[in-house]
Amino acid sequence: MNTQQDNWFTRTFYSFMEWIDARYPATKMWNEHLAQYYAPKNFNFWYFFGSLALLVLVLQIVTGIFLTMNYKPSAEHAFASVEFIMRDVNWGWLIRYMHSTGASAFFIVVYLHMFRGLMYGSYKHPRELLWILGMLIYMTLMSEALLGYLLPWGQMSFWGAQVIVSLFEAMPFGIGAPLAEWIRGDFTISDATLNRFFAYHVIAVPLALLALVAAHILALHEVGSNNPDGVEIKKNKDENGIPLDGIPFHPYYTVKDIVGSIVFLILFFAVVFYAPEMGGWFLEHNNFIPADPLKTPEHIAPLWYFTPFYSILRAFTYPFLGVDAKLWGVFAMGASQLLFFVLPWLDKSPVKSIRYRGPYFKFALYAFALSFVVLGYLGVKSPTDTDLFLFNNTVWAQIFTAVYFAFFLLMPIYTKLDKDKPVPDRVTG
Amino acid sequence: MYKLAKNTVLILGLMLPGILYAAGGSHFLFKTPHIDETDKAAIQRGARVFVNYCLTCHSAEYMRYKRVADDLGISEEIMKKNLMNPVDKFHDGMTVAIEDDDAKRWFGVPPPDLSVIARSRGREWLYNYFMTFYRDDNSPVGVNNATFKDVAMPHVLWELQGWQEPVYKETAADEDGNGSGEKKIVDLKLVEPGKLSPKEYKQTVRDLVTYMVYMGEPAELKRHEIGFWVLAFLFVFLMIAYALKHEYWKDVH
Repeated sequence: MNTQQDNWFTRTFYSFMEWIDARYPATKMWNEHLAQYYAPKNFNFWYFFGSLALLVLVLQIVTGIFLTMNYKPSAEHAFASVEFIMRDVNWGWLIRYMHSTGASAFFIVVYLHMFRGLMYGSYKHPRELLWILGMLIYMTLMSEALLGYLLPWGQMSFWGAQVIVSLFEAMPFGIGAPLAEWIRGDFTISDATLNRFFAYHVIAVPLALLALVAAHILALHEVGSNNPDGVEIKKNKDENGIPLDGIPFHPYYTVKDIVGSIVFLILFFAVVFYAPEMGGWFLEHNNFIPADPLKTPEHIAPLWYFTPFYSILRAFTYPFLGVDAKLWGVFAMGASQLLFFVLPWLDKSPVKSIRYRGPYFKFALYAFALSFVVLGYLGVKSPTDTDLFLFNNTVWAQIFTAVYFAFFLLMPIYTKLDKDKPVPDRVTG
Repeated sequence: MYKLAKNTVLILGLMLPGILYAAGGSHFLFKTPHIDETDKAAIQRGARVFVNYCLTCHSAEYMRYKRVADDLGISEEIMKKNLMNPVDKFHDGMTVAIEDDDAKRWFGVPPPDLSVIARSRGREWLYNYFMTFYRDDNSPVGVNNATFKDVAMPHVLWELQGWQEPVYKETAADEDGNGSGEKKIVDLKLVEPGKLSPKEYKQTVRDLVTYMVYMGEPAELKRHEIGFWVLAFLFVFLMIAYALKHEYWKDVH
């Protein structure tokens, strides 16, 4: 390890590291995960979002810690304590806006990260478990966002939580109502609910999130990263066993990800400083009205990152097979998540990357992305209005819900019939 | 570079519904003049209107007098003399003596706290609300509002604006035959002038809304100022980081 120009500092450092390495695998871990972890050299734009998700996670944890120092999880004081943070705590407004913008940024980054996985077949063998761990992170993240949204105790916090928790009431066999009551700790959303949501939001769920993220990264480093060509770089190694198309993650991707992180931070802080409400998309206008259990708002919509699933929930309007519409909606919403978990086994194509896939898969993926965006848009609109053309919002939501599910359910067929192109042996740069 | 441009277009495309939604058309009667929330003189004039006309029934308990004074560069003495009641303390929030129960008996509903009203209602709504009170003999208080129908609040600024009466237009039936003969307010005309000319009144309302926007988020004054330096720093950092990346990646082929 020693190089020719050892000075006093490096000598001391190396002997210190020797002492550590004899007792803890510090250098070993550094090499395994950074300095000698070989990543494909052809990562493109879409490969920034994994490291950005990690950056946002850290931002959320740090800003969250500072917020808890002044936030009061009680129905009487919560709303006022948030305004206290916005006005009287030094830099409180900045911390709070970073946290609220961070929540939306988290989902933007994670959705793009997931779309990357879909495009380049990163869920396919041998990365099935990596994909499943990622999905578990995503679901944990959704619950984290849901719990956190109750805390400002505004009208949307209160009524949004009311709607979501009441979904559990649709459960059959008489377990629905007791289950919802057990979650709330009361017959309605109340002080007891706020207290327990706070506990989950700041302790339980973040712990699970961190553990899952660690497992996700370990699984990634075990199987190695996929790349835009979907070629396994481990198949072509040099005499030292180093992949020919691989480069050490550190320093190459650390310096590259720093550039990506700064570009992200420029966009992030542009929102924090100049448009923290983002026109009502990141901070809803109605949430500046304190929660009032006696006054139901005319229009209840979750924040944008849940609206595709909210649309799927509302798309079911008829009872069917003796099961009422609401329960079908809840099932469909659950299925819209669970189908992601079995994606590795629905895809029958031997090809990973969209670059070498046939036209059927390309069409299906674009239709799926479109359905996700349109369902998201419809989710903030009133179901009876007509905001697109021809049909009202419910009909459009039903059409695109069908598209959403067709992407998964027809996948075994269209990926088998597809005319894939030949995949090169090496990455194309 | 071409790829990057393509991806940027793709992402903006995904955000399009949001952008369209945010830019949705206005349904207000009057066009709101530009509200400059950094105009300290306007905030100060608006604060005076707010304290004189609103703060008798409505509180703004998250807004401290001291913060107003500090942000607007007003001394404690002048603040106390001009903008505060003798019983108010300089460090306190803008509270009112009115009890919720009394208020409920007098108005039907307790007047809401106005600290963050500009953030929930928006500036267009507030401006129109103050501009669209009109005389209505069918209403219990003899006054109604074209922005907030059947509002419990009387026209507190009547002595400044005077009295308006509505100009109706019968709406045509839509495709399904609904809505025919419905009277819709399309304008308001001044029938009894107040102390201020219409132009002066508009300016007063504009000042009041400016103050209320400021009150909704006092940090906004600071936010824009600091944001510039943060972004400037990040751009310089970006150039250095890009040069570093470029240097390292020279040996990747």
